[in-house]
Amino acid sequence: MTRYDSLLDALGGTPLVGLPRLSPSEDVRLWAKLEDRNPTGSIKDRAAMYMVQAAEKDGQLRPGSTILEPTSGNTGISLAMVARLRGYRLICVMPENTSIERRQLLEMYGAEIVSSPAAGGSNQAVAVAKQLAAEHPDWVMLYQYGNAANAQAHYEGTGPEILADLPSITHFVAGLGTTGTLMGTGRFLRENVPGIQIIAAEPRYGELVYGLRNVDEGFVPELYDPSVLTSRFSVGSRDALLRTRQLVEVEGIFAGISSGAILHAALAVAHRAVEAGKRADIAFVVADAGWKYLSTGAYAGTVSDAEKALDGQLWA
Amino acid sequence: MAIDVRIPTILRNYTGGAKSVEGKGDSLSALIDDIDSRHGGIKGRLIQEDGSLHRFVNIYVNDEDVRFTGSLATALKDGDSVTILPAVAGG
Repeated sequence: MTRYDSLLDALGGTPLVGLPRLSPSEDVRLWAKLEDRNPTGSIKDRAAMYMVQAAEKDGQLRPGSTILEPTSGNTGISLAMVARLRGYRLICVMPENTSIERRQLLEMYGAEIVSSPAAGGSNQAVAVAKQLAAEHPDWVMLYQYGNAANAQAHYEGTGPEILADLPSITHFVAGLGTTGTLMGTGRFLRENVPGIQIIAAEPRYGELVYGLRNVDEGFVPELYDPSVLTSRFSVGSRDALLRTRQLVEVEGIFAGISSGAILHAALAVAHRAVEAGKRADIAFVVADAGWKYLSTGAYAGTVSDAEKALDGQLWA
Repeated sequence: MAIDVRIPTILRNYTGGAKSVEGKGDSLSALIDDIDSRHGGIKGRLIQEDGSLHRFVNIYVNDEDVRFTGSLATALKDGDSVTILPAVAGG
């Protein structure tokens, strides 16, 4: 069935495609879950839709309500589309060091943007949003970092879709941001696939982003439960860029930079499986396509040029 | 035995501004004791009173989070790279 009543109904059901050229062997195979095939082009459509539906159901959101959300981009774009179609006002708190395309998309959908300082990354966006929420008790902060509906979208959607397409799955690899994708999909797969490994790939940005004043300003999302994970990798911008380019050059998949970081972790576990002489079917998430990051310089010139261009930006 | 340890900006007041320092030790806890012997006080920012890793500090050995590889008991060898970072939000 590929006909839908509206864009919102076209959520999920994304393709899982094999990577025959990047897979190390016939026994150790990589599979990409193409989440750019969602209504606004990212995996965040799932969380946005579930969070809005949950808030409507429990009466928090009523016609004309104002939604407030801290976001580095994709969640904001997804919420902006849902808010436009459902008749809500949306205010996004976004770090100033995010790409221009993300801002333009938000404005196109009619969202309002409040900028937070670049230093401190999304931590500052969260802090500013919490302050605004306290000043405006009538605004509804869905709060992706602590909203159970975020993880539930993946427990009910992403997880079952992957298992149906790849019953022989041995590893699931995804990006770690709000942790919603990994918590929801990871819990579902752990309940249904004995011995499955759940792997997190966390972007490692330039120094500016870690410019907190002290360690106690750090942030761990409320959704995060480390017992769901098997291992967690930190992937720097150079490795993420190399893999993003490899993905388009070798397999034809034009993905965003965070997906390059996820592929890097997926290949690390693939090589471990080869060394151990074990069979593996590794599903990883392509969170979005590369369009929104063209202006960052990620796809032009040498990898070193691109790495310099990305320094200080929030690329995931 | 030399292990490169990358220091985040917020902890460089303990390393005289150095972005990375060298240390030695066959486990992460031994390495932290070793760098604390030259950069006194840094251990207290990484490890809580109960002896566990600070909640908002992440340490990676060759890019892998040590909380999944044995935490402070994680084994180290010559040439390993250790990165210390504060926990920040994504999304």
